[in-house]
Amino acid sequence: MNENVGKKTERKITLQEVCNTLEAEVIGGEDKLQDEIRTACGCDLMSDVLAFTQPGSVLLTGLTNQQVVRTAEMLDLKAIVFVRDKRPDEATIELAKSRNLPILLSPYPLYESCGRLYSLGLLGCTTDTPKKRAKIRRKDLERASGALTDGES
Amino acid sequence: MASLDPSDGRLKHSFEVAGRDFNGAGGASSRIKHILQQIGVDPNTVRRIAVASYEAEMNVVIHAHLGKITLDAGPDCVILQIEDQGPGIPDIDLAMKPGFSTASDEVREMGFGAGMGLPNMVECADELEIDSVPGTGTTVKLVFFNR
Repeated sequence: MNENVGKKTERKITLQEVCNTLEAEVIGGEDKLQDEIRTACGCDLMSDVLAFTQPGSVLLTGLTNQQVVRTAEMLDLKAIVFVRDKRPDEATIELAKSRNLPILLSPYPLYESCGRLYSLGLLGCTTDTPKKRAKIRRKDLERASGALTDGES
Repeated sequence: MASLDPSDGRLKHSFEVAGRDFNGAGGASSRIKHILQQIGVDPNTVRRIAVASYEAEMNVVIHAHLGKITLDAGPDCVILQIEDQGPGIPDIDLAMKPGFSTASDEVREMGFGAGMGLPNMVECADELEIDSVPGTGTTVKLVFFNR
């Protein structure tokens, strides 16, 4: 098990770094490339995105319709990454531009795009962070081992 | 544009929503979000309202022929009322269950119809009321307190 998996980075990740990591083409929102990105979400189900994504995230998706832009708009997301070289139609691009929402076109499929960003140190949207979960797990283990020792004495 | 009601000082406005208009869907919620930002509602509250409004608007577009979203915003709370003329909901308890959906495959291919709309509205809003008459339509009232 790689102990760095899920470890929160102290380093600030910018949208420009996200672009570089994905070797992505950027459409619109060039003034936002220095904005900090804290979390990301990879999903084709907008219902789930609406329910579980944190504001300020980057959304990676294989869907290219206008509802993806609307979803990102409602949630105050930072950018949309369309994966596997998919290019949305003009209406969708125009809608994103009108909302000043940068679009990134990644040549990598969804899993690989997400993997690249995760390796960069960009975390997911689960509210209980892996660090917190690890802490809870440690406490559970301590409690369990304590209970064992108590049982033996 | 939205205007202040002189009787109570609250800002009120209605938006029409056309059923089956998948490209226009979200337009009303986008305008509602913009208005709330302009009158200085706290950004987290704005986002909760925008998400719930958008879920409700998508439900109208997916299921109904025609709908109307009424925004009623004041300093203490924001109320959204979503009324539609459509098939109605025969079993509201079932519709509230996460994962239950009657949406078509076409809608699912667009990334919706996962049965998370109503549960997510419950999550976002402070109060939710649903009235539905099968064969006639549905009214959803959402209340958000400014925190």
